[in-house]
Amino acid sequence: MSAKRKAIFALPLLITVVIFGYFFWALTKPGRDPKILPSVLIDKPAPEFDLKALVNLGVPGFARKDLTSNGKVSVVNIFASWCIPCLVEHPDMVKLGQRDDINLYGINYRDKPEDGLAWLNKNGNPYHRVGRDPKSRAGIDWGVYGVPETFIVDASGTIRYKHVGPLNTGDLEDTILPIIESLQAQ
Amino acid sequence: MIAELGQFALIMALLAAISQSILPLIGAERLDSRLMAFGSHASLVQLLFVILAFGCLTQAYIVSDFTLLNVAENSHSTKPLLYKISGVWGNHEGSMLLWVLILAVFGAAVAAFGRNLPVTLKARVLAIQAMIGVGFLTFLIFTSNPFTRLLVPPENGQDLNPLLQDPGLAFHPPMLYVGYVGFSVAFSFAIAALIEGKVDAAWARWVRPWTLTAWIFLTGGIALGSWWAYYELGWGGWWFWDPVENVSFMPWLMGTALLHSAVVVEKRNSLKVWTILLAILTFSLSLIGTFIVRSGLLTSVHAFAVNPERGIFILILLAIAIGGSLTLFAIKAPALKSGGIFSPISREGGLLLNNLLLSTACATVFLGTLYPLFMEALGGGRVSIGPPFYNKTFIPVMVPLFFLVCIGAYLPWKRADLVGVLKRLKYAGLAALLALLIAWYISDGGPLLAILGLGMAAWMLLGTLSEWADRIKLFRVPLAKSWQRAKNLPGSSWGMTLAHGGLAIAIIGMISTTAWKVEDVAVLKPGETISVAGTDYRFDGVREITGPNYSAVEATFNVSQDGEYMTTLKPEKRLYTVKRMPTTEAAIYSTFIGDYYAVIGDQDGKGGWTVRIYREPLVTWIWFGCTLMVFGGLLSLADRRLRVGAPAEKRKKKKVREAEV
Repeated sequence: MSAKRKAIFALPLLITVVIFGYFFWALTKPGRDPKILPSVLIDKPAPEFDLKALVNLGVPGFARKDLTSNGKVSVVNIFASWCIPCLVEHPDMVKLGQRDDINLYGINYRDKPEDGLAWLNKNGNPYHRVGRDPKSRAGIDWGVYGVPETFIVDASGTIRYKHVGPLNTGDLEDTILPIIESLQAQ
Repeated sequence: MIAELGQFALIMALLAAISQSILPLIGAERLDSRLMAFGSHASLVQLLFVILAFGCLTQAYIVSDFTLLNVAENSHSTKPLLYKISGVWGNHEGSMLLWVLILAVFGAAVAAFGRNLPVTLKARVLAIQAMIGVGFLTFLIFTSNPFTRLLVPPENGQDLNPLLQDPGLAFHPPMLYVGYVGFSVAFSFAIAALIEGKVDAAWARWVRPWTLTAWIFLTGGIALGSWWAYYELGWGGWWFWDPVENVSFMPWLMGTALLHSAVVVEKRNSLKVWTILLAILTFSLSLIGTFIVRSGLLTSVHAFAVNPERGIFILILLAIAIGGSLTLFAIKAPALKSGGIFSPISREGGLLLNNLLLSTACATVFLGTLYPLFMEALGGGRVSIGPPFYNKTFIPVMVPLFFLVCIGAYLPWKRADLVGVLKRLKYAGLAALLALLIAWYISDGGPLLAILGLGMAAWMLLGTLSEWADRIKLFRVPLAKSWQRAKNLPGSSWGMTLAHGGLAIAIIGMISTTAWKVEDVAVLKPGETISVAGTDYRFDGVREITGPNYSAVEATFNVSQDGEYMTTLKPEKRLYTVKRMPTTEAAIYSTFIGDYYAVIGDQDGKGGWTVRIYREPLVTWIWFGCTLMVFGGLLSLADRRLRVGAPAEKRKKKKVREAEV
């Protein structure tokens, strides 16, 4: 059999190799997520809001002015006691909360205040401020459509990044922290 | 405790699969009958352990054991029992477990029903089947463990996505998976044949029933899925060319081609290399179908949560399975002897053309599904591909196929007289022309392409019926004799007539509902009436109702035509309390000639409600046609089992002797 004819039998393999090349490229490219449509809020000022504190939590409530009060980059995390993925990313929030060069703010979204309080007491409160948003008033302005969501807001109060869903392994180190650092450098 | 038992069972199943994938292969190489027989035992052991694991997870769902992460994320104590059970596979981990379960069932079925297989072939098939099992059990245990415990269990679960809480969708994934996974058997047979370097008619006879089984389930699964989309999503559509739909459709197209080419191998000992390639590609597309939407490569409305590490794992697994089998193909296939020669105009030629058209159609769907990814890789930015692409590429490929279906069925093997065949089809042709004119008249000049399409579908249906009538000599011999002949027709022949006829009927439904659908949206106050396509829908207001895990608004429509009462439609808008997710429950009144479809939307705040009404002509024909296709497949399957069984005893003895030599 001629080499040419033999080569034809390798054609399916070659095509497959090329296609899988694309697959690997797409999967390993950092930050690529086909689900995320860029939020319309990116590079827009954060919305106006003034949320009351969770009583007895020991940290104050959270309002628009807290984003611009101390010249630090802020991470705003939307969470709820009924949200299991929030528990998954909670250790990452604890890590962020230990840093004093950023603000970590929480919005307790669509939750009964006592449930939110109990959840934070049980799992530890990493947030510097927590605002309660039981009726999703602020949530709508922030464009929240699922919990958890995490926003990065720069020192001037402009939203610079939005992450939908829980922070998975590596998201904190590969995406969130580099963005925070680049904003701090500005 | 039970969850730990399930975890343990999974690990045991993995061990069984590992030994099953190695020992029988060695046995087949050395002609050691004990090692070869090990494959059958191991496949049963593997199945028992996977059943145990699946049972444990199901138990956790039924008793709402929220200490399991998987249950907590996807179930809720107030959920009806049916959806507690279907919740087992309504998520990534559980659906993987179901996938592995079905794979183990097929493996054990080959072991149980394959008694008359040559022992070396059987050993190799079981080993390949086990290798697939090893891959996916590993994936399950290491990246998608359904038995992960929660340190802090919640009081109640997060509930299953309300869209999935529906009887149609409770059974859609299992059927689809039986279809996908069923093709693994054809794949394992193909790889085993490549290792043995031998493909013959007997091989094709063993492969066909498995392929047919998979095809029947895949057809049913896709039809069920599109039916679900039709009544649950409330858009009045039944196919959206969404990536998830496409990836189930591709193995169907390839599997259909495989089904037809295996006939040529069986009857004429020809097209062997091509059939092997099709078997590999069909299962490869099934794998891609199950996994591409979970890897984060493409996005879709009904994808599961994505985790990039899982994606890489899946991709490596697929690369090994598909790349490995195609490498083997590249090395071994050139040495396979090609069989009988045939003229282009013959049944072989017809089936080959069928294969080429189906593969091309599959390639266009593949391209359309992955084009956004390719464009992005080449720096073209994000693009999306919609129905216009498929209308321009997929449909033109399918049209000649549909046109040729009934001609092909008439062609004899080896060499055919095309003119003679066309002469025998002249009545069908005339009747189809008449049908075309009637369609034109009724639709009052509607879209030309749709009318031509209906004519073509009529040609396909009538040509298929005419071939059937010819076979039983209808009207040429007394009816009693025709009846006798019909009863004696082999099941596979009945199967072909039903499947081709069913396809034609489904196409008539698709064309009609696409071309002549009427929809209207209005804001109505109670008591007001909207008229859509000659039918009056009087809106009689709404009332609040409460279900087990949702609250809903139910609207009432009084439907009448020319003042005569027809039916009452009660569409709902539900809000599932736990997920806080609204769903629409369309109300549909189905008739033979079309559906009356009503959806209730939002309130306008001034006492009015948004109302959407659809009139969908002949839409139920789509699913009626699919049902016929499934039924045809079943008849053909029943026939094959009988025919394979009869001469098998002798062959078995002979083969065993051969193996012992």
